[in-house]
Amino acid sequence: MPNVLAIAEQRDGALRKVSHEVVSAARRVADAVGGEVHAVVLGAAGVADAVGDLGRYGADRILVGEAEGLGRYNPEGYVAALVDVVKGGDYFAVFLPASSQGKDLAPRLAARLDVPLAQDATALAVEGGELVITRPLYAGKAFARVTLDGAPRMVSLRPNVFRAEESAKAGAVQRIDVAVRPDEWRVRVREVVASAGERPDVAEASVIVSGGRGMRGPEHWSILEDLCDAIGPGCALGASRAVVDAGWRPHSEQVGQTGKTVAPQLYFAVGISGAIQHLAGMRTAKTIVAINKDPDAPIFKVADYGIVGDAFEVVPRLAEEIRKLREG
Amino acid sequence: MKSIVCIKRVPDTETRIKISEDGKSIDPAGIKYVVSPYDEFAVEAALQLKESRGEGEVVVVTVGESAAGEQLRSALAMGADRAVLLKAQATQDGLATAKALAAELKDAGADLILFGMKAVDDDQQQVGPMVAELLGLPCVTVVGQFEVQDGKVVCHREVEGGTEVVEAPLPAVLTITKGKYEPRYASLKGIMAAKKKPLEEKDAQMAESRVRVQSLSYPAERPEGRIVGTGPDAVPELVRLLREEAKAL
Repeated sequence: MPNVLAIAEQRDGALRKVSHEVVSAARRVADAVGGEVHAVVLGAAGVADAVGDLGRYGADRILVGEAEGLGRYNPEGYVAALVDVVKGGDYFAVFLPASSQGKDLAPRLAARLDVPLAQDATALAVEGGELVITRPLYAGKAFARVTLDGAPRMVSLRPNVFRAEESAKAGAVQRIDVAVRPDEWRVRVREVVASAGERPDVAEASVIVSGGRGMRGPEHWSILEDLCDAIGPGCALGASRAVVDAGWRPHSEQVGQTGKTVAPQLYFAVGISGAIQHLAGMRTAKTIVAINKDPDAPIFKVADYGIVGDAFEVVPRLAEEIRKLREG
Repeated sequence: MKSIVCIKRVPDTETRIKISEDGKSIDPAGIKYVVSPYDEFAVEAALQLKESRGEGEVVVVTVGESAAGEQLRSALAMGADRAVLLKAQATQDGLATAKALAAELKDAGADLILFGMKAVDDDQQQVGPMVAELLGLPCVTVVGQFEVQDGKVVCHREVEGGTEVVEAPLPAVLTITKGKYEPRYASLKGIMAAKKKPLEEKDAQMAESRVRVQSLSYPAERPEGRIVGTGPDAVPELVRLLREEAKAL
């Protein structure tokens, strides 16, 4: 049977939102080719308690591999465990999130399985029984529709793009044996230094507040942080290349062709003129708001809503209005 | 200490992309090609490692058409010692590219194999870790800084929400992101010297691509937006539109 495997992602024992998206996408493809959806989750002991949700998003079977050492992502442990799962299933396709974990894992798994890989897909379709994958080139200046020879067809899916929809299935949890030998792992994490704040990564956030050169200096970022706080915990800070090059903000926040390509529900571009390589990285956002002093800035051409004005006056007011709405 | 840096010829990020008449490829006319920016970080990292140790060799390798020799010369001008061009048509099949590289690197005796964390054309972020798997080497991705000590490499890796300090034994494969390594400009002396440095060309052992491009397209045009107003007085109307029309708040 042409079944589809969805590799779900957990952090600290809780499933990440993108896992629902990947399982839902797998459900739609499996329905089109007449197969089942199997979801697989790796984690530390107890993770099985947190995966029941995957049935609600369309998994017929939920494979859970629990082991000491799999609580946190480790490439060698995860690849070894997942190679067996994929080989054991004779799958039509394997989907996983194009998160930073997924993009690290997918190529290793593909090489081990000797199958080609399409990373960061933004759309999937089944045409004449074949899976057609749409993925960005040049950070979104163009899109390619590709097919992959052989099976399984391995594809990572961009977060925030695929609709998570409920499609209740039995979702019976089945424990799998995973061969885990931490003593054989060569790559070891010595320590993890958490960055300040609890904001999500810009590549996965549902709302992004991005600042550009119009912010005039790193000392003014507090007004963007305040807007981000007003919006809520799903909001991340972004930055243009100009401000990262100037050393105002870390590269991890950079949106664009030499940074991250993003697809949030809502994108605020504050003091960003809209260079072609920035636009490429954010133009698939669902709604774009531009705030810029220069009415001729190219960013207004891609924005759904624009305010011509001084960010230092507009942004604090915006934070205030959003707080009012939230407290409504 | 021998470092091999794998680089790629890509269109400059300021380039406007035009799709060819066949609808399946990019029209190369008028494109300015550069070394992919992340690969430049990797070249810089290898050069700094060699300089700090006072010994070693930096070799740059690419899979591509003859014209990719230009990008190898750029890396030689930055200070790499020699270059290898594995001639093949570029493909979107990262695994085919990885196999061609692995065949070349298998017996090359590298202590470190470096890649940019992604190429800014296909954005696949896959060839580096694939080469590591094919060669059975440990691999650390998205490294902003690393040090070599006692046969090990200690990497600072950018992950969601922080930095991981990760250690791996040599030889190892790393993919490099923007971090500590600001690429140097080639000096005039470097550019002159690069012309005399060895650049070996040979055919890549390239498998047939298993990624089939059906068509290319431009991103959907966004519907014409509107200017809501001027200055902070426009904010309440913006918030109303975001809530009621865009349903984004």
